[in-house]
Amino acid sequence: MDLPDLGPLWLTLRLAGITMLVLLVIGTPIAWWLAFTKSRLKPVAEALTALPLVLPPTVLGFYLLVLLSPRSPLGGAWLDLTGTTLTFSFLGLVIGSVIYSLPFTVQPLQAAFESLGRGPLEAAAMLRAGPFDRFRSVVIPMTARGFLTASVLSFAHTLGEFGVVLMLGGNIPGQTKVISIAIYEHVETINYADAHLLSGVLLVFSFLVLLLVYSVNRRFPVSVG
Amino acid sequence: MLTLDISLGFPDFTLQVTQSIALQGVTAIFGRSGSGKSTLLRIIAGLEHRAKGQVSIAGTVWQDATRFVAPEKRGIGYVFQDTRLFPHLSVRGNLDYALRRARGLGGPSLDEVVTALDLGPLLTRRPAGLSGGEKQRVGIGRALLTAPRVLLMDEPLAALDEARKAEILPYLERLRDNAAIPILYVSHSLAEVSRLARDMIVLRDGQVLRHGPTADLLADPDAVPIFGVRDAGAIITARVAGHEADGLTRCDTSGGPLLLPRINAAPGTALRIRIHAQDVILARHQPEGLSALNILPATITALKLGEGPGVIVQLRLGQDLLLARITRRSARTLDLREGMAVYAILKSVAVAAGDVGETPA
Repeated sequence: MDLPDLGPLWLTLRLAGITMLVLLVIGTPIAWWLAFTKSRLKPVAEALTALPLVLPPTVLGFYLLVLLSPRSPLGGAWLDLTGTTLTFSFLGLVIGSVIYSLPFTVQPLQAAFESLGRGPLEAAAMLRAGPFDRFRSVVIPMTARGFLTASVLSFAHTLGEFGVVLMLGGNIPGQTKVISIAIYEHVETINYADAHLLSGVLLVFSFLVLLLVYSVNRRFPVSVG
Repeated sequence: MLTLDISLGFPDFTLQVTQSIALQGVTAIFGRSGSGKSTLLRIIAGLEHRAKGQVSIAGTVWQDATRFVAPEKRGIGYVFQDTRLFPHLSVRGNLDYALRRARGLGGPSLDEVVTALDLGPLLTRRPAGLSGGEKQRVGIGRALLTAPRVLLMDEPLAALDEARKAEILPYLERLRDNAAIPILYVSHSLAEVSRLARDMIVLRDGQVLRHGPTADLLADPDAVPIFGVRDAGAIITARVAGHEADGLTRCDTSGGPLLLPRINAAPGTALRIRIHAQDVILARHQPEGLSALNILPATITALKLGEGPGVIVQLRLGQDLLLARITRRSARTLDLREGMAVYAILKSVAVAAGDVGETPA
C-alpha cells in the first residue's frame, strides 16, 4: 500500500499555527477592549465577533470570496500591488481562518480579562509598573489559562475548517488543499484507505494536543479565567 | 502639602472636595460607607479618570485641565482593603515586584521592611495561604518598598476581625512613628482614627464636613452628631507609670492618675486613650464609697443639648479635653454650668484595649 500524500496535513498544521498566532495578536486587543469598555457599541462589537459561530461556513466563505476576489476593490488592489490573487491562495485561507476562528480566541480571552478585573492592574500601577509592564508581569501570568484555551481552540477550530476553505480556496495542492478537503476528495473517489489514514492521523493528533493542554492546565497555579 | 480641588459625579451624589492636606503623620479621611472617602483616595492616586479638577503635591501638578500624571508615575504607595497581592507570585515575589521598580529611589531595603513587619516566616508562601492579617502586612510592606512619597491606605483593617485588627494596629503605629512617610488613611472606624491620626477630614455625601486635628474634633461637642452619640468620645494623652499586681496599669495624665485594665506597654510609654462620652459620670462633689477607680477633678468648658434626652458636656482635664454624655435631667438636677468645677468618674473596665494606642513620646 502506498502512503497517502501527507502534504495536506502539513499545510493544515501551518495554516492552523499561523492563524493562531495572528489571532493572538489581533484578538487580544479586541478581547481587552470588550472586557473593559463602557461604550454603548459593546453589544454590537460582541455580536460581530460572535457571528462566525452561528453563520454557516459557506455563507462566511461566500462573502469572503466576494470581498477578496480580484474584481472587488480589496482583492483588486492586492492584485495590482502584488500580482497575485487573495482568493485561491494560502494567504486567502489565512484571512478566512482568522475570521472564522476569531470568536474562539476573543471569547476565552474576554472572559479571562473580565474575571481578572481592574484590581490587579491598579495594584501594579501603584507599584510603579507602566502599561506594558503591567500586561507582561500581571495580565499574562494571571490569565495564562485564558491564553492557553484561546490558542488551542483557535488552532483546533482551524484544523477542522472545511466550508470556508472550499468556498474561498478550492483544492490546490500545497496551496489550499487542507486535510479536510483531502479527506473529502478521497471519499469522493472511494479511496477509503487514504481517507481512513488521514482521518486517523487527525484524530490522534487532535486528541494528543488536547490531552497535553488539559494536563498542563491542571498544573497552573492561578485559576483566573 | 497636598492640594485638592476636584469633583466627580455619581448617579446619587457628587464628590466635591476643595482641601489642602498637610502631609505630616497620619491624616484620616473619615466617613460612613458611601460618603466618597475611598473615591477621594482613588482620585489622588490617579485611578479615577473621570474626576475633574486639580490635584497637586508640594507644587507638582498631578492633575489639572491639561495634565494627568499616570498613577505609576506619582510615587504613591497604596494599600488596598482587599490587599490585591499577586496570586501568581510568592510573598517574596510580591515584595520583589515593588522593589525592582523602585531601584535607586532611596526606599527601604527588603530586610528593613521584612523585619519591621515580621514577614520573614511568610516569604516563601503564596498569598492564597495567608490569613487576612498576614496578607495585609505583606500589602503594607509591598507599598513601602515602592519608596512612596505618600502612602494611601484604603480601610486596610476593614476586612479583618477584631483580633486581626489588634494584631495589625501596632505595626501601623510603628510605621507612623518610625517611617517618615505621610499617610492618608481612609476609615469608617473612629477607634482606628483616634489611635492613628493626627488630623482628620470628615466626609459626608461627597463633601468635607469638618477638617482639623483629631483630638480637637473628637472633643468638640458640636461634632458629636457626626460620630454618633454612642461612638463619641475624646482622646486624652497619658503615660504608663507602672503595672499593678492586681492586673491594672497606672497611667499619668495631666489631670491626674488613671487606672486602666492592663496595657502591654513599658513604663514611660506615651499613650492616647479614647474615652467614650457615655462612659463618663459627673459629680459636683468628690464621691466616696464608689466602685469606680478613677475620679478626676475637671472643669466644665461647654454644655451642648443634643436631640433627645442627652446633653454633651465638655470638660477640661489638665491639658486634655474630655466629653461626657449625661441626661438633661441630670444636668438640670446638678445645675451644671460652664466654668463649674466637677469630678469626672470613669470605670477602669470601660476602656477597652482597642481604645488605647501608643504614640510617639
